[in-house]
Amino acid sequence: MAQTGEVAILHHHEAPKGFIRKYIFSLDHKVIGIQYYFLALTAVLVGMTLSVFMRLRLAWPDATLPLIEGGKMTPEQYLALLTMHGTIMVFFVLTTAPQGGFGNYVLPIQIGAADMAFPLLNMLSFWVTFLGFLVMIAAFLVTGGAPIAGWTGYPPLSAVGEIAGPGQGLGQTLWIVSLAIFCAGALLGALNFIATTLDLRTKGMSLMRMPLTVWSWFITAILGLLAFGVLLAAGVLLLMDRIAGTSFFIPAGLVISEQIISHKGGSPLLWQHLFWFFGHPEVYIAILPGMGVTSQILSTFARKPIFGYKAMVYAMLAIGLLGFAVWGHHMFISGMSPYSAIAFSVMTLAIGVPSAIKTFNWLGTLWGGQIRFTTPMLYAIGFVSLFVSGGLSGLFLGQPSLDLYFHDTYFVVAHFHMIMGVAAIFGIFAATYYWFPKMFGRMMHEGLGKLHFWITFIGVNAIFMPMHYLGMVGHPRRYADTTGVEYLGSLNSLHVFMSIAAFITIAAQFIFLFNLFWSLFRGQKAPENPWEATTLEWTVPSPPPHDNFGGNYPEVYRGAYEYSKPGVTKDYVMQTTPDAAAH
Amino acid sequence: MAATTVGQASASLWQGGASPYSISSKKLGMWLFIVSDSLTFGALLAAYAYARVSSENWPTPFPIYPSIIVATVMTFCLLTSSITMVMAVLNAHKGNVKATVRWLGFTMLGGLAFVALHANEWFHLIGEGLRPFTNPWGDPPGSTPLFGASFFTCTGLHMLHVTIGIIVLANIARGFKKGTYSADHVEISGLYWHFVDLVWMFIFPLLYLMSVNRAA
Repeated sequence: MAQTGEVAILHHHEAPKGFIRKYIFSLDHKVIGIQYYFLALTAVLVGMTLSVFMRLRLAWPDATLPLIEGGKMTPEQYLALLTMHGTIMVFFVLTTAPQGGFGNYVLPIQIGAADMAFPLLNMLSFWVTFLGFLVMIAAFLVTGGAPIAGWTGYPPLSAVGEIAGPGQGLGQTLWIVSLAIFCAGALLGALNFIATTLDLRTKGMSLMRMPLTVWSWFITAILGLLAFGVLLAAGVLLLMDRIAGTSFFIPAGLVISEQIISHKGGSPLLWQHLFWFFGHPEVYIAILPGMGVTSQILSTFARKPIFGYKAMVYAMLAIGLLGFAVWGHHMFISGMSPYSAIAFSVMTLAIGVPSAIKTFNWLGTLWGGQIRFTTPMLYAIGFVSLFVSGGLSGLFLGQPSLDLYFHDTYFVVAHFHMIMGVAAIFGIFAATYYWFPKMFGRMMHEGLGKLHFWITFIGVNAIFMPMHYLGMVGHPRRYADTTGVEYLGSLNSLHVFMSIAAFITIAAQFIFLFNLFWSLFRGQKAPENPWEATTLEWTVPSPPPHDNFGGNYPEVYRGAYEYSKPGVTKDYVMQTTPDAAAH
Repeated sequence: MAATTVGQASASLWQGGASPYSISSKKLGMWLFIVSDSLTFGALLAAYAYARVSSENWPTPFPIYPSIIVATVMTFCLLTSSITMVMAVLNAHKGNVKATVRWLGFTMLGGLAFVALHANEWFHLIGEGLRPFTNPWGDPPGSTPLFGASFFTCTGLHMLHVTIGIIVLANIARGFKKGTYSADHVEISGLYWHFVDLVWMFIFPLLYLMSVNRAA
């Protein structure tokens, strides 16, 4: 292999000296991963704060709220919070932390590489994403404030400008620009992940020996590469509508605020097609890394090989592939032909098959295992639980006849928060507790971690389970206030219950934050392999040196999950252990 | 190589350190960028198709002369520049620095001619009253504003790609002359250049040839 030497030389770079090169504009995938993680942490705090105000408004419509002019939140302000909460959470938390954060940190080490394939591009993609976040936050500060068109930015509301409401002026423009910037960063990241996974695997690390985490980041990157390019195109067109006077998404004869809009000829449905062609794969971009992490952790702490490794890989590939053929199920009520709706529905329900394969394989992995109930394990099991309860409501929504009723109710809010929001967040928590020792060289506090888990797990169910009921009785979503609606009046006590549950759950996140920062400085020193796991990141010191393996690339002899192997004295065999030594 | 290892976890042939497609990571990265960018253009052209199909009177205002003739000359410029790009890559791999730089120069010239003719075309159409939000054609005139919108968006984004390509090629030519860039870099920039040409091969028939005024 002539290129072996070349690659090794290419990636053997000295650790940078100065503070700025080392921690700010670093080329090291580990530093960039941590930067992504803390960006997501900042974003999640912003998004969480917005949800506090929304829950206050929903449960106590007449109460005087702090920090809000006049003490009473207007419906427009509520919509602005809703829009920014959704956008920040989906893009800057659920897309950023699992892939940009943990993928960046762990993937190169797990495949035995010194860094990503393009370190400079990697740094660039983080800073581009960071810039996107700043532009998004700037939308709060401009005249009119944040946009009110929802995280899906549906036109014509998002296309016609200020006339559509406060925040639809400069705020909405900044929102689009921010997403376009985010797309660019995500594309750079995605092609880096794919090239790294294909090219930089160490000797013996064949595709079917890769940890499932690597598979999940790899497939997520492919989805990102294909999906974000389309969102970019949609964003360009929407921006043209706003600043160049075009009418791609604006139909003729529109009257807004008693004024005739002069645009004509376009179709808001075009946006919905383009947006959801991106938007549905985006759901899997958020959740697939969580599936990978869950597989890794369940196998590690059940001390058993993952049940059906190949089936897990093919199931993820199938989910990724089908994800591009189901965008229409977000548009059942858009007036689409019932024949198209049936086609989209069949494809959507077909995703239930690989999803069920994954779920049963996780249960099969747990079955008969010698389970170690560590905090990461609890979160991984919690992920499976939320994946099931969030996924089942998807079977309802995937059927056009039921979706016609459910679509604009809280049932949808409950569904996507369970599966895309909370399940993915549980994946992030599981990954945090699992890899923290490797990333920072210290253990997190187990007792605090478990306390955090139980309050959060019970809390999220208390928030989102009643929401299904709200949806079933016909409570519409997106409204700030339903006090005037008679049949919804009796449901206010449920809103109060959900709000209190939300506040308790949010308060519990400060246990996590305390644990995170306390452990960073005061945690017990972590050994090289605290969880007795088998993958490559546990063969290097915690935290790993600048070039991960000190120039000695490991050789891999086996798959990633050889636990409790018959005839072997230890209950795990490292991937780097040769056959002769594995007894 | 990857294909042979799939499903044979017990007997791996993977030696590491080499690309499964026998191309450098940089080249793979460019291919991946092209995949993603083609989806962006694909989405734009799909949007154009959507707008066109859902409009009742889509105008077909372009006369054979000057519009189609000029656009054909532009196509000729761009296609020729692809050939000169191939020559540049060929010479770069042979190590002929002077010839490489010369061929890259011709390629840039082709690109510049394309942009110049295209800009002239834009000004001409703007002079006739074409805008992103209206146009003098259709029945009644201006009834299909999406004609100008899709024309300027698609061709504008493509022109941006050509312009970026010229800048990249200039940079590569300079670096190759100095020895800071290798033949591989020339080839990778060539991939991008051919891709931009290929995009035009979709835009030309879809936006120009399908808008020919057959009466004139």
